[in-house]
This record gives sequence, C-alpha cells and structure tokens, in this order.
Amino acid sequence: MGELRAKWKVNMYAWLLLLPSLIFLLLFTFYPVIQTFILSFHQADLGSPEPFFNGIDNYKQMVEDEVFWKVLTNNIWFAIGTVPTSVALALGMALFANKALRGKSFIRTAYFYPTVVPMIAVANIWLFIYTPEYGALSHVMEWFGKGDMNWLGDQKNVMWAMIFMVIWKEAGYFMIFYLAGLQNISQELYESASMEGASSWTVFRRITFPLLMPTTMFVSIIAFTNSFKLVDHLVIMTKGGPDNASNLLLYYIYETAFSFWDQGMASALTIVMVVLLLLVAAFQFFGMDKKIHYN
Amino acid sequence: MRKVVKSLFAVVMSMSLITGCSSGNSSSTNNAAQGANSSGKTELSFYYPVAVGGPLTKIVDGMAEEFNKENPDITVKPVYTGSYQDTTTKVQAAVQGKTPPDVAVMLSTELHTMMDMDAILPLDDFIAKDGGSEYVNDFFPGFLANSQVDGKTYSIPFQRSTIVLYYNKDAFKEVGLDPEKPPTSWDELVQYATKLKKDGRYGVEIPSSSFTYWMFQALALQNGKNLMSEDGKKVFLDTPENVEALQFWVDLSKKHQVMPEGVNEWATVPSDFLEGKTAMMFHTTGNLTNVKKSAKFDFGVAFLPAKKNYGSPTGGGNFYMFKGTDEKKQEAAWKFIRFMTEPKRAAQWSVDTGYVATRKSAYEEETMKQYVKDFPAAAVARDQLEYGHAELSTHNNGKVTKLLNDTLQSVITGQSEPAEALKKAQEEADKMLAPFNK
Repeated sequence: MGELRAKWKVNMYAWLLLLPSLIFLLLFTFYPVIQTFILSFHQADLGSPEPFFNGIDNYKQMVEDEVFWKVLTNNIWFAIGTVPTSVALALGMALFANKALRGKSFIRTAYFYPTVVPMIAVANIWLFIYTPEYGALSHVMEWFGKGDMNWLGDQKNVMWAMIFMVIWKEAGYFMIFYLAGLQNISQELYESASMEGASSWTVFRRITFPLLMPTTMFVSIIAFTNSFKLVDHLVIMTKGGPDNASNLLLYYIYETAFSFWDQGMASALTIVMVVLLLLVAAFQFFGMDKKIHYN
Repeated sequence: MRKVVKSLFAVVMSMSLITGCSSGNSSSTNNAAQGANSSGKTELSFYYPVAVGGPLTKIVDGMAEEFNKENPDITVKPVYTGSYQDTTTKVQAAVQGKTPPDVAVMLSTELHTMMDMDAILPLDDFIAKDGGSEYVNDFFPGFLANSQVDGKTYSIPFQRSTIVLYYNKDAFKEVGLDPEKPPTSWDELVQYATKLKKDGRYGVEIPSSSFTYWMFQALALQNGKNLMSEDGKKVFLDTPENVEALQFWVDLSKKHQVMPEGVNEWATVPSDFLEGKTAMMFHTTGNLTNVKKSAKFDFGVAFLPAKKNYGSPTGGGNFYMFKGTDEKKQEAAWKFIRFMTEPKRAAQWSVDTGYVATRKSAYEEETMKQYVKDFPAAAVARDQLEYGHAELSTHNNGKVTKLLNDTLQSVITGQSEPAEALKKAQEEADKMLAPFNK
C-alpha cells in the first residue's frame, strides 16, 4: 500500500513539473488542432454566415480542385528538389569545414551565414538576383553570351529558381548538425583505419557515413517538414504565380483562409497537410530507424 | 510532502504568470472597446495600410494629430497595419473577436466581402445629417462606384488611384516621335513601341503579377465594358471583346515583341522604366511622386490608349466603419472621416503621395492649382476619371480575383489560349458566385 502511495507521489510530482508546458501545449497545439479538425467538416465561408455541418464536402471539393493537386504536386517536387541536395551538400560542407586547416571558423561562418539572414531579406536579395535585364544573374549570363531569362515570370523556370534559393539557405543550417555529429565520432576509429591503410573513400563509407546516420535521419525529417513550411519567400517573390507554378500547400492554405475567407476548406487543407507530414515523419522514424547504428 | 507543496506553489506561480499576461492583453482591448476613458474623451482606433513608397505613415500620423488638436474631446489612435491584405486580415480578426476598429482604410473592393460578413455599417444616416448629397456628389463617380450597393453608401473614398501611361520623352525624341503626342490608340501603341524598341530597351511594359486582373480590366474597358455586374453577383469574362483584349496583351510580347515575355513583376516595371529598360509603362498613379523624384529623363503621363474608347478601372482604399461599436464612437469616427476628406486635405494628400484627390472641389484649392500648374502630369489621372470605372469587386472577391489572375498568367506565359482560358474561367467563376445568386 505504502509502495503505491510512494509511486503515486513520484508520478504526481512529475506531472506537476510538466504541467506548465502541458498547459501551453494543450492551449496552443492540441486545442487548435482539434478545433481545426472539427471545422474541416463544416461549411464556413462567405456564402454561409453561420457555419453548418457538411460532412466530407470540403474533402470532396478538394479532390476536384485542380489548384489543390497542382499545389500538392509542386510541393512534392519542391521536397524532392530541396531535401536530398541540401542534405548532401550540408554533409560535404561539414566534412570540408571539419578538415580545413586554415580559416576553419571563416569557412564555417561563410557556410552558415545564409541561415542567419531572415527569409524575407533572403527573398528580397534573390528577387534582385533573378530580375531580368539588370539583375545579378542576368549580368552573369550576359558575360557568357547567354540570352536573358525571366526566372520568376516563367512557369518552367520559377520552381527551379525557388529550389536553388532554398538549398542555398538551408544547407548551412544542416551543416551545423553534421559538424556536431562529426565531433562525436571517436578519433580511435580513424587512427586504426589509417593503420590498416584504408583509403579515405573507404573510411568515409565504412566509418563516417554509417556513424552519421542518426544525424542524417534527424536532418532529413527537419528538411522535409521545412519544405512544407516555407512560404515567406512566396509572399515577397511570386505570390505563388505565374498561374500557381510556384504555389505551395501552406501558402494555398493561407490564401484560402485569409483571402477567400473559406475557413472550412482551409481547415480541411490543414488536416491533409498535418496527416501527410505525420505519415512521412513516421515512415522516416520507424522505417529508417531500424537500419541505423547508434553508438 | 513538503516537496509536493513547494512544487504546487511553483505551479500556481507559473499559472498566475500565464493568466497575468493574458489578462494584461484583455484589459488593453477592453479600454479600446469602452472607448470613453475616465476623462470623458472618446478614443478611436484607426487601422490603415500603406501600399506605395514614401513616408506615408508620417503624413497620416500628422493628420490624426491635427484632428486631435481640433477636437479636444476625441483622440484618434492611428495604427499602421501593413499592406492592404494584412489590414483586411487584422480587421477581420478584430471583427471576429468582437473588438472591431472604429474606422479603417481597406481596399474599396472589399465591399461585398465585408457585407457578406455583416461587418460594416451603411453610412447614409451620417451623410444625411452632415452635408448630404452635396458632400457625396463632390466625389468623382469613378471612385464612388465601389462604395455603393442597392442605393446605400458603405465607404468613403480616401487614397484612390487609377492606371495611366508613363512614357519617356527623351526616348520619343531619340526615335523621331513627337514627345508631346503619346499613343492614343492600341494601333498607335504598337507602332510607337515597335519604333522605340532597341537592344536593351523594350517599347512598353504592362505588369502582370499581383494586380494582373486590374491591368486586364483596363484593356477590357477600352474594348467595351466592365468585367462584372454592379451588384457583384455576375462576371463577364468570356466575351469576344475580352478575348480580343487578352489576345492584344499577349501579342505585345509574342507577335510584336515589344514587351518582355512571361510575367512582368509589378514592382520591377517602374524600375525598368526609370532605368530606361522600357520606353513606356502602364502603372498606377500612386507611383507618380516616386517616378517624378527618381526619373533622370524627361517623362510624360497620358491616358491609357483607347480601342473603342478610353478606359481605366480605379483602385485603392476607402474609409469603412464597423458594426458593434458604440454610437458615441461612431459619431466621432464619422467626424474623423469628414475631416480626412476635406478638400484642402484631399489636395495636400494628393500632392504628398501622387494618389488622385478624391473630390472635385479639391482641384479648386490653391495648393492643388499651383501643383498642377508646375506639374501638369498630375491632372492627367483626374481627367481620365471621366472614363474611370469600378474596380473588379464581386462576392467571394478573393477567390474570383485569384481565378482571373491565374487564368491571365497562364495565357501570358503561353500555357493556354485566350478564348479557351476565359471560357473556363467564366465557368469556374459562375460556380463561385452561385451561392449569391439564389
């Protein structure tokens, strides 16, 4: 009996310590998620002054909505375009910055710098780079005798322009995680490898890369969720145009909520996005986790 | 047990901190909501956006201060709320939170949306008691067009613009065109632009991002009629005239090659003009002061070229008042609107910003007369108002406008053909407007 009481006391103590954070979590995460979920089954737009229950109508409409599919496809391409490249680049940069004998801190700073700049500022800088005629990129193209390109005003180019910019911004951030990961690998492994006379490629393939796997997994999850969370640059650069060629899911949700004032549909879209992200994170977490060596 | 008590105490403390910050917030909104503070003063919250370059917040703050001096029993608190879009979002959030601002400047095109939300007050009673039709009829009809539904007036024009043609007189001289004779028809526009085009310079640029629908409206108006019915329940997108207008827009790039291909960014078109990268541009009069300050060459402003007739939509923001505010504050808010739209202030506002003064009598003011004499371009927008029409504004406005923007951009970027694209847009728009046509 006393044992139970002691246990209860310990548990109670733990819960009490968690309570402040829990209240915030309930108030600002769980409550809105539940509200959103409920609202997604309601018609709540300009045509209906009082929201009313409409079952899965919003979801039905979504499936028929061409823009939704375009935006979703865009977002998948955006993820495919940004995630692997920026993660690979981050790893390369980390290895280089780790090895560099001179100017180590300078190289790190240079690589990390784009991360520190706010997205809005980045968008404005790149807006200038991509401007036709007298933008920085146009000047460079001119030296090479290439014709002028309208990077943001052309449906074929705009996504590539965005992907390139985001890779530039994100890679430095992921590099920091890799640098930390590299610090954690014990030097003895490398010493014994060099005694064996292993080539640097073998060392990388057999030691560095496998031991960095936990970092890689963490970084890919972050990178993937980021590819669905980035919208600031669209507001500044393209507004999702031309004709939704650069529109992404979250920006479309924003438009639906605050420019169409269709809150039911915006909620339904939000639920779809949350489920999608949960599925991918779960796959990465439970699927990849089995293949990872932790020290 | 003592430990538990201690931690409980800590929890209670942190709880009170949380509620502390929230109650702090609510007390400030309560003050704003009550309006009348202890000294018997009426406090007004006033939300306003800024959409063009220049120190506009200073000007607005200065005007509010002047009003507070003249009316010791009222205190207006101007709140700068970002872009038009941000302002609408904030107003909407405030309306849903039952603490609407007392007065706000929002796009004139928000009219139907705000009515569908049941958020705004009709202003007819205030007008009747204070100046009546004499006051209202002094505004240019082109600006009032977005204020009225079913014979009621819901907003008062404030910072209003229209689209004009800017042209580079030096470039005109260079290619042997008369700098005092800007193109007056579509055919002339193509002829002149072809002459003006050379390596590193286009003949003309029409922006096609952000406000694509607005530019298209100008072309549609020049070729016949407006895009929507007056009650905002119908749109007419797929008329043969509109197909022709869109074809003309596309041809400027594709066929005549006097305009850059693809989408031209709203904000970079004026830079292109100032850099001499384009000899002519379609743009808002809101940019007039900016161009005047920055142009290193002699430039002119003219009516947009005509097809069947001249034509341009108006644009910009109006004053709105909201339901759910108390009567004393409504009276004060109306007083403030009257003050802000007085002829001499409308004139000064126009000189400071480049927006068109909203009232006819503003052009009788000394400041305005002097300004127009020194800078005749300033009168062009006003004269063009004779051909000015309501800006695209419908029920479900956000959706319909985006649909039209997407459609136009898809045609401009060569993904679809005018006739087909507009037909599809018409079908989609009819669906969006169906709930309001029951």
